[in-house]
Amino acid sequence: MHKGAPMKMPRKKVSFSTIKRLMSYITHYKLQFSLVLVAIILSTAAGVAGSLFLKILIDDYIEPLLLDANPLFSGLFTAIVIMGGIYMVGILATLFYNRVMVVIAQGVLKKIRDEMFAHMQMLPIKYFDTHSHGDIMSHYTNDTDTLRQMISQSIPQMFSAVITIVAVFFAMLYMSVWLTLFVLIFIFFQLQVTKSIVGKSGKYFVKQQAALGKVNGYIEEMINGQKVVKVFCRERQAEEDFDRLNDALCEHATAANKFANILMPIMANLGNLQYVLLAIVGGALAISGLPNISLAGSGTLTLGMIASFLNLSKNFSQPISQVSNQFNMVVMALAGAERIFKLMDKESETDNGYVTLVNAKYEEGVLTETKKNTDLWAWKHPHRDGTVTYTELKGEVRFYNVDFGYAEDKTVLNNITLYAEPSQKLAFVGATGAGKTTITNLINRFYDIADGKIRYDGIDIKKIKKDDLRHSLGVVLQDVNLFTGTVMENIRYGKLDATDNEVYEAARLANADDFIRRLPDGYNMVLQGNGGSLSQGQRQLISIARAAVADPPVMILDEATSSIDTRTETIVQKGMDSLMQGRTVFIIAHRLSSVQNSDAIIVLEQGRIIERGNHEKLIAEKGKYYQLYTGAFELE
Amino acid sequence: MIKQLLKSVRQYKRASILTSLTVTLEVIMEVIIPLLMADLIDYGIDAGNMSYIWQMGIVLVIFAMISLAFGALSGKYAADASAGFARNLRHDMFYNVQKFSFANIDKISTASIITRLTTDVTNVQYAYQMILRMAVRSPVMLVFCLIMSFGINAKLSWIFLACIPILAVGLYFVMSKTHPIFKRVFKTYDKLNMVVQENLRGIRVVKSFVREDYENKKFGEISNSIYQDFSKAEKNLAFAMPLMQFCMYASLLLLSWFGARLIVGSELTTGQLVSLITYAMLILMSLMMLSMVFVMITISRASAERIVGILAEESDLQNCASPEFTVNDGSIRFENVNFSYAKDRNKLCLKSVNLDIKSGETVAILGGTGSSKTSLVQLIPRLYDVTEGNVFVGGVNVKNYDIETLRSEVAMVLQRNVLFSGTIKENLRWGNKNASDEELVRVCQLAQADDFIQGFPDKYDTYIEQGGSNVSGGQKQRLCIARALLKKPKILILDDSTSAVDTKTDALIRRALREEIPGTTKLIIAQRISSVEDADKIIVMESGEINAVGTHRELMCTNEIYQEAYHSQVKGGKINA
Repeated sequence: MHKGAPMKMPRKKVSFSTIKRLMSYITHYKLQFSLVLVAIILSTAAGVAGSLFLKILIDDYIEPLLLDANPLFSGLFTAIVIMGGIYMVGILATLFYNRVMVVIAQGVLKKIRDEMFAHMQMLPIKYFDTHSHGDIMSHYTNDTDTLRQMISQSIPQMFSAVITIVAVFFAMLYMSVWLTLFVLIFIFFQLQVTKSIVGKSGKYFVKQQAALGKVNGYIEEMINGQKVVKVFCRERQAEEDFDRLNDALCEHATAANKFANILMPIMANLGNLQYVLLAIVGGALAISGLPNISLAGSGTLTLGMIASFLNLSKNFSQPISQVSNQFNMVVMALAGAERIFKLMDKESETDNGYVTLVNAKYEEGVLTETKKNTDLWAWKHPHRDGTVTYTELKGEVRFYNVDFGYAEDKTVLNNITLYAEPSQKLAFVGATGAGKTTITNLINRFYDIADGKIRYDGIDIKKIKKDDLRHSLGVVLQDVNLFTGTVMENIRYGKLDATDNEVYEAARLANADDFIRRLPDGYNMVLQGNGGSLSQGQRQLISIARAAVADPPVMILDEATSSIDTRTETIVQKGMDSLMQGRTVFIIAHRLSSVQNSDAIIVLEQGRIIERGNHEKLIAEKGKYYQLYTGAFELE
Repeated sequence: MIKQLLKSVRQYKRASILTSLTVTLEVIMEVIIPLLMADLIDYGIDAGNMSYIWQMGIVLVIFAMISLAFGALSGKYAADASAGFARNLRHDMFYNVQKFSFANIDKISTASIITRLTTDVTNVQYAYQMILRMAVRSPVMLVFCLIMSFGINAKLSWIFLACIPILAVGLYFVMSKTHPIFKRVFKTYDKLNMVVQENLRGIRVVKSFVREDYENKKFGEISNSIYQDFSKAEKNLAFAMPLMQFCMYASLLLLSWFGARLIVGSELTTGQLVSLITYAMLILMSLMMLSMVFVMITISRASAERIVGILAEESDLQNCASPEFTVNDGSIRFENVNFSYAKDRNKLCLKSVNLDIKSGETVAILGGTGSSKTSLVQLIPRLYDVTEGNVFVGGVNVKNYDIETLRSEVAMVLQRNVLFSGTIKENLRWGNKNASDEELVRVCQLAQADDFIQGFPDKYDTYIEQGGSNVSGGQKQRLCIARALLKKPKILILDDSTSAVDTKTDALIRRALREEIPGTTKLIIAQRISSVEDADKIIVMESGEINAVGTHRELMCTNEIYQEAYHSQVKGGKINA
């Protein structure tokens, strides 16, 4: 099944380790794979026997029968029945290996896909921030697709071709060494021609790929901005630019395909040429009665031998051109495999945490672990001396002299020290790029700090197991991401074992219950394409409900209301206010009105804290916050 | 559907026809060659006639050369035709998309348009090339081989003629069982891609909620269903090859048996038998090829349908017969306007809107999400057509303007705006191709963008990455406003265009607009009360209807929605200020 996908040209070298690693997936099916190899040998052998049969038919049966006055066909009949048996084995072997190979190929692909996805989940956020999603996607589409073709088609075909070549080679030697030599010389010449054409075609394919990339890039950018194009009446300009790129692509595509298309007739007719030359040479040898040397001994060439040899020689050059055709495919697939393995080799998020979150209860004033589902949680902290201490989960977060930069040479945060007591509300204010979001990225360890310390309930967060740390933090982001599925499933994402009632409760808390019930299918309405059928505010409410059902002691609200209009914001704000009750909250907001009632407001500028305090204090200080705050009303 | 596609062949018709023609000639050569080879064996080698071998050999070489020439030519023409066809398809699609109205774009969706222009075209290009070469080649081969073999020996030819229906029925059976599974597999593939895409986009959510295992399970289920279906489909397909072998081997053996008898009975020569066998193989091969072409066509059919979907889509906005080419002034009037995206009277987004805006006024529009603020202003540059009623600009119905004229006088800064890869200068000049550098600086000063642009090392030559990813949200919005200002429009619409800009800069922009382009009618959609309160007129929208129109002072006294919004935002601030 060739999907006609655009070919990616092979890179220069494929490392041996890639092949080895790929083989390790295949050898997982050791038994099946060895059976497949046996079946391929049988199937190929039947094919080769078929080409030899013609010689036997002519030399051993037809010729003697011609001389016989009363020809008896019983011998021929037996030969044909035997041949039929051999063919039957070949056919069954073909059926067997084709079917088993499908299972192997699909199994390997499934395993690679699953491993790739599972590993991708483990990668640090940094990977996703620094790689284009399109590139990552192509590992799941293009790269696996070429791999599928290689495993299910190219490998069996190449293996069968190699066996055919070897078998036919000996069969030819069996008949005539001289003619075999002649065929070898001719094949050598044929390969030279192929090489030069494939090389030329390859050069143009590279150009075609580059041109295609440009056209596709242009299409993507323009169509994504199509509405802007229309508003500015730039259609004609866009068309002109597009034509230029499109024409260049057409030119390179024509050249590339031309060479690829010409290869087939050249190979076929070189085969014909070889046939003629062989007939002339063979004929000359047979007629002149020159001695023939073969594996079977020496003698003279017979008519049947030449006819048969001619047939064999075709069977010899065919698999050779087949291998050279498949070779490109294999190199392409291996390049894809290499890219996939590269993703799988990317270092996953480091997690050396050993402090875990457990259910706890107080027994005679002492905090102890329990299997029961209590509402009380504790950090279980095993120490080096073997003792274990329990600390109640409260939600206190402290930063001590934290420095951080996304790239090593550029610090984004400088010497940040701050604290949030349990149930306190802490707000970050500052311009874009001041480092507000970065601070929240550090709390849940999406990124790790360069210097300093962050403590959660007094424990260094590097000691806390990442999963447990994140379980204790709720996040509502500006860009809402919902998943395809029902509203119910989306809210339940926060706590997979939440009962329906818990989901309703969370939705009520987030002020979302009302509108959800008014949706066509209520909680069972299926959301698609990131909840495209809902308004921005509604989507945000669902994401708040999702965080609410998880019920974490610490919440991070990153610009959760900035893309909502003020009326909706009032509704969302109500939902958030009830969500914030009794929790430690880190809030980032554009509108100062939503941060005024924070316990502390932290003003950031270029990665440094320049002011901190509550609203009244900051207003009284008449600093940056005061400017920002009054700036909103300066037109009065 | 095919007719629509073939319209795009145009100047490559010649190459397409020549491909089929040269393929036919190549096939004829290929069919004759085995016949000559038979003669070579019979009269040359068999008779020990060396001069005949030479003679025939030379003839054969000449034929091979001719065959090669035709083969090469057909390859060349096929490349010309298919690459050219793809070029025309892309061209036609892209041009038609340029004609699309917003409604058309919404209907097909941006992402889908992109896949259709890229992947689908490539699929069709390869299918076209395959069809030109193989779909001609196989039937021609079949027919000529049959003619030739009947010419050699009619009796024996019946043998493989009998094999053809067996193979054909068998292949048909395999294909018809496999095709629906493949169709399902491709759909599952879409699902797999969707899960990966959602996962990539929402990776922060996944990690925050520690849902890696859950996602793995979700992915695993789909991955497994692909595994199941694909295995099933390909296992079915695996019957094709042995079936082919069966027919091939069966005819080979039958030919050998009956052939031998005929040879002994002097009705056939050895050479002829060899040729017959060759023809039998060629015929069965061509049938196999044909079935491959069939698979190829069914796969690319989906792509072809999607392409035709774009080609056949007609823009629902057309210029009227004798359009107006001048816009008198920036006045706007809505007369009983009803509007629905679905053109359905029961799903109205705007209900009986009446509005009168004088040229040069500053009008603010306020309202909750989904109150149709954007829908309202989009009718002014005729991005959508009203469902009922009329919109007038400069006293003329917008439908009577030349669309380009109207849109260059009505500049709209979209809510979801886009910058394109290129320098800041190039991006700004979208507004006016011939603007001088001084003009660029002036509009950027108005939009409060000059300051930060001067801060860049390359200033106005700073390269903007695709989608404007290397400037902040607020900077992007200001550049978009500057770009619109460069058009020197009579009407300027800002659709929530300063949401990421801080309040102070927002105020500066509005002041600059008021002072520097007083003649331009300004429509501002905003969420902040502070952004709207100094407008000449404030329109309060509520679920598709105009709830109230008035000045800040009037609305503060009379309008509940406005008061509510005001208090929710200004709260404590008012007391302190």
